[in-house]
Amino acid sequence: MRRVVIVGYGMAGARLADELRRRDPELSITVVGAEPHAAYNRVLLSTVVAGTMTPESTRLHDETWAQEHGIDLRLGCEVREIDRAARAVVLDSGESLPYDALVLATGSVPWVPPAEGLTEDGELAPGVVAFRTLDDCARIEAKAQKGMPVVVLGGGLLGIEAARGLAGRGCLVTVVHPVGHLMERQLDPGAGGVLARTLGKLGIEFRLNALAAKYLPGDGLVLDDGTHVPAELVVVSAGVRAETSLAVQAGLTVDRGIVVDDALRTSDPRVHAIGDCAQHPGTVSGLVQPAWDQAAVLADRLTGANPAARYQGTSVVTRLKARDVDLAALGDVHTDVDCPDSEVLCFQEPSRGRYAKLVLRDDRVAGAIVLGAPDAAATITQLYDRGIPAPTDRLALLLGRALPAEAASPADLPSSAVICRCNTVSKGQIVSAWRAGAESLPQLAEATRATTGCGGCKDAVCGLLDWLGASQPASA
Amino acid sequence: MSVIDGQVTPGPGGLCQKGWTAGELLRHPGRLTSPLLHGSPVSWDEALDFVASKISSYEPDEVAVFGGGGLTNEKAYALGKFARVALKTSQIDYNGRFCMSSAAAAGNKAFGLDRGLPFPLTDLRGADTVLLAGSNPAETMPPFLRHLDGARLIVIDPRRTPTAERATLHLQPAPGTDLALALGLLHTAVIEGVIDKEYISSRTTGFDDAWRFAAAWWPEQVERVTGVSAADQRAAVHMLAGRSYVLTGRGTEQHASGTDTVSAWINLALALGLPGRAGSGYGCLTGQGNGQGGREHGQKADQLPGYRKIDDPAARQHIMDVWDVDWLPGPGRSAYELLVAEDIRAMLVFGSNPVVSAPRASGVADRLRALDLLVVADFVMSETAAMADVVFPVTQWAEEDGTMTNLEGRIIRRRKALDPPAGVRSDLELVQGLASRLGVGEKFPVEPVEVFEELRRASAGGLSDYSGITYERLETEQLHWPVPSVEHPGTPRLFLDRFAHADGLARFVPVDHRGPAEPPDAEFPLQATTGRVLQHYQSGAQTRRIGELLAAVPEMYVEMHPDTASRAGLAPGEPAHVVSRRGTVTATVRCVPSMRADAVFLPFHFPGDGRANLLTNPALDPTSRMPEFKVCAVRLERV
Repeated sequence: MRRVVIVGYGMAGARLADELRRRDPELSITVVGAEPHAAYNRVLLSTVVAGTMTPESTRLHDETWAQEHGIDLRLGCEVREIDRAARAVVLDSGESLPYDALVLATGSVPWVPPAEGLTEDGELAPGVVAFRTLDDCARIEAKAQKGMPVVVLGGGLLGIEAARGLAGRGCLVTVVHPVGHLMERQLDPGAGGVLARTLGKLGIEFRLNALAAKYLPGDGLVLDDGTHVPAELVVVSAGVRAETSLAVQAGLTVDRGIVVDDALRTSDPRVHAIGDCAQHPGTVSGLVQPAWDQAAVLADRLTGANPAARYQGTSVVTRLKARDVDLAALGDVHTDVDCPDSEVLCFQEPSRGRYAKLVLRDDRVAGAIVLGAPDAAATITQLYDRGIPAPTDRLALLLGRALPAEAASPADLPSSAVICRCNTVSKGQIVSAWRAGAESLPQLAEATRATTGCGGCKDAVCGLLDWLGASQPASA
Repeated sequence: MSVIDGQVTPGPGGLCQKGWTAGELLRHPGRLTSPLLHGSPVSWDEALDFVASKISSYEPDEVAVFGGGGLTNEKAYALGKFARVALKTSQIDYNGRFCMSSAAAAGNKAFGLDRGLPFPLTDLRGADTVLLAGSNPAETMPPFLRHLDGARLIVIDPRRTPTAERATLHLQPAPGTDLALALGLLHTAVIEGVIDKEYISSRTTGFDDAWRFAAAWWPEQVERVTGVSAADQRAAVHMLAGRSYVLTGRGTEQHASGTDTVSAWINLALALGLPGRAGSGYGCLTGQGNGQGGREHGQKADQLPGYRKIDDPAARQHIMDVWDVDWLPGPGRSAYELLVAEDIRAMLVFGSNPVVSAPRASGVADRLRALDLLVVADFVMSETAAMADVVFPVTQWAEEDGTMTNLEGRIIRRRKALDPPAGVRSDLELVQGLASRLGVGEKFPVEPVEVFEELRRASAGGLSDYSGITYERLETEQLHWPVPSVEHPGTPRLFLDRFAHADGLARFVPVDHRGPAEPPDAEFPLQATTGRVLQHYQSGAQTRRIGELLAAVPEMYVEMHPDTASRAGLAPGEPAHVVSRRGTVTATVRCVPSMRADAVFLPFHFPGDGRANLLTNPALDPTSRMPEFKVCAVRLERV
């Protein structure tokens, strides 16, 4: 029986185990996880910080999962080394797990800005918490209180989600960000500005173009311009780096992450890597969708369900998960409005928190930023993901849904307009019946059957009666 | 409603155009009035003799029966008994498989019992919010909307239907993604804090397992798959918290993942604490006239009367005692599997037109053509009847006594208003005529009341227990099953104290999204969805014969976004070919600006080259065996 060993029991490792078992009930699967508890859904951590979801609700598996699915799960277990020659993983305990295929799903670790005092002996100082794990969330929850000044270091996607969650809990949040606008990887300066304004209305303050210089425990941060920001809690969300130490030690090719090909193989074809620790040219790290796509491809390959499966990259849609802030960003958004080979649409209404930029090429969405227009965000994302040509009416595209037709007055309706859909009764038939003497609603109903089905056209028929009565005074 | 001189008079509930004109069918010139043998009129005796002698030459399981959800309870019951006692075949199923089976399977899983609405229809009048998932009652049952006047409506439909136009909130998911949306609404309900934890712990079991799947469907993830904005998902769950109802229809059920999709809607309703409480609930909107009763009394491959399971030894013994037989066949195959089974040599079709209404219709027609013997009982020359070796002319609604069970599980008396034309007999007489030639005629009474009396005994002790119902009681009483004794007042509201599982708890069923069985690709880049229009019913065999209805919607059409049409080189009013891997439909182009640009809509009421079901995908749901009528991959071509 073939043996697959997965190092890492996060979103990528857990998903891969599920996908493997679904395809092959026999395969020997071992999962080694460093944390002592079951895998959880990292995407939901911002809702835990916001207090709208319990930590328990984020679990991907319950305690009986491993047993029920015949998976050898090792929790709270560190890997000491990979012995590629012996094809075995050596645990801290000294135990050796032989493998036919090894998968590294070790994820990433937070990057901490080099400000004085943020770390002590390699550990985060008291009052400083990363925003990465369920335990981090528990620490933030335990500490954060209403009215407490909190600094979030980093104005990227996760930093803003954390800031929004903390503001929702009543904390006084300041986001410190080293770049001139928020989420600069996904947004242009205009969108970043509108986003900051929207979040400002929710009580969040910003220090942009600012680096933390020094942490004063219990007091706050000194920034590089010498100013001081009060903080009783500092949440670090300044980016991550791939966790590659095992791979480096094992002599695998490592760049920013563990380098993999379209078959998700590392430089040793028996060793694979997926998720945040892997580096594939078609992927941006830090998001779950690529990890899940990779898990499906790798499961197809390792079980032989589809030996030809290849990972071709994941088209990334960045979607902020923050209450009252609707933001989607996708594709190439840094194209200029007057770029000759693209069609670029812009709409800005900062006072209402709305900003849209759309880049079209060959009639298809190549990139977009949509802020404050939830319907448009949903529609444009579908066009992008499915490669559907954009509607000819670009304005409707920015609105996200076709405009409802305005209710016409009875006088303006054509004679052929159907008034009672249940009985296919047109305006013309109602007018004829009225002229023939059916001048009340019951008489009209009897003559034409209008209003006798669902009754929904009653108002329209009454409107016609009023109009007929007014235009031709009875027995004048 | 009633019939006076062939003219329809509505009851208090209102009528749509189909009801108003139903009287025209009674004396329609196209009415069948003589049995036909290979197209020529023959006597009843000759036709019955021919069919009985042919049937006698086959092995029992080479003979199949295909029933219909429009048949009365008495006919449905007699048909199931006829198959198992007279023909001794296991091969019986019915067109309700294409209709109610996903909702029925999911209802049984969750509640231990399936009754379309486990509460009276009139309860809906007190609702704050009603969610309609894949249902378009403004066209399919307009008088129903009168019950929703006071409620805020959430309509879930890929199309902006007349029902959606009346909605407070219209969620427009991509075809085949309802399951993801339902999972997302459960997720959102958890985040937004509107779930009823007390109810979940005291009245249900299995939430945690269901949540493991729903946890992966956060609103933004759902938005990406379905196209329904996260903001609308939030708005929906807040509207649903309170006195609300979740109702499903065919749009969400007719998928290869239909059972799981309904389970996901029920999970949402359970998390909100809606079912089994006065003033809120879950229900499914039954499609055909007797869609509820038709699935309770033994037309279904896996069931015996009283909603009993055919593989349950105690159920079999009870039915064998009532029928006075010492053997019963086991479960047979589901509708589509039966229609295309190569080992079937003879098929008897009652009240159904599968050549138009079954998926991959051209394959079904080929298979029916290849049978040794095709027998059809109908009152007009349907497309299936036109292919038959033998056609029996039977009675229709105003010409017969009997009972129907409506969507709320209430048994309704159908009273004979006029005599059928000469030469026409009831289905019960047809069944008796065949059974007597097969040597068991005494077991098949022809009077509906006698059949009903037997049905009462057969259903006694079953889930849908009719034993306390009599024709006499139905004169004055509104009876919802179960009615276990003649003193019992009926059960308008089920589950108020406990659900029907042994432990009294409702079950959350863990389900995950799979997506359509046939995703669009470069060759077939669009998704086709099928449905109804107000003026026509089912395969259209009845309504296409009524001048007023045909004039309103005379021919097959295909709806699409104007951009979709122009990109395919098509203009409104022109004919187009809609092509799938299974066939080509010819239809007139209609441009509808509210359509998604990647989807087209086809009504399924038209025959010949206009049959929408030439395109549809017979991928079957693993539990309910429901085909995937509601989504398949197509492309458009100029004619």
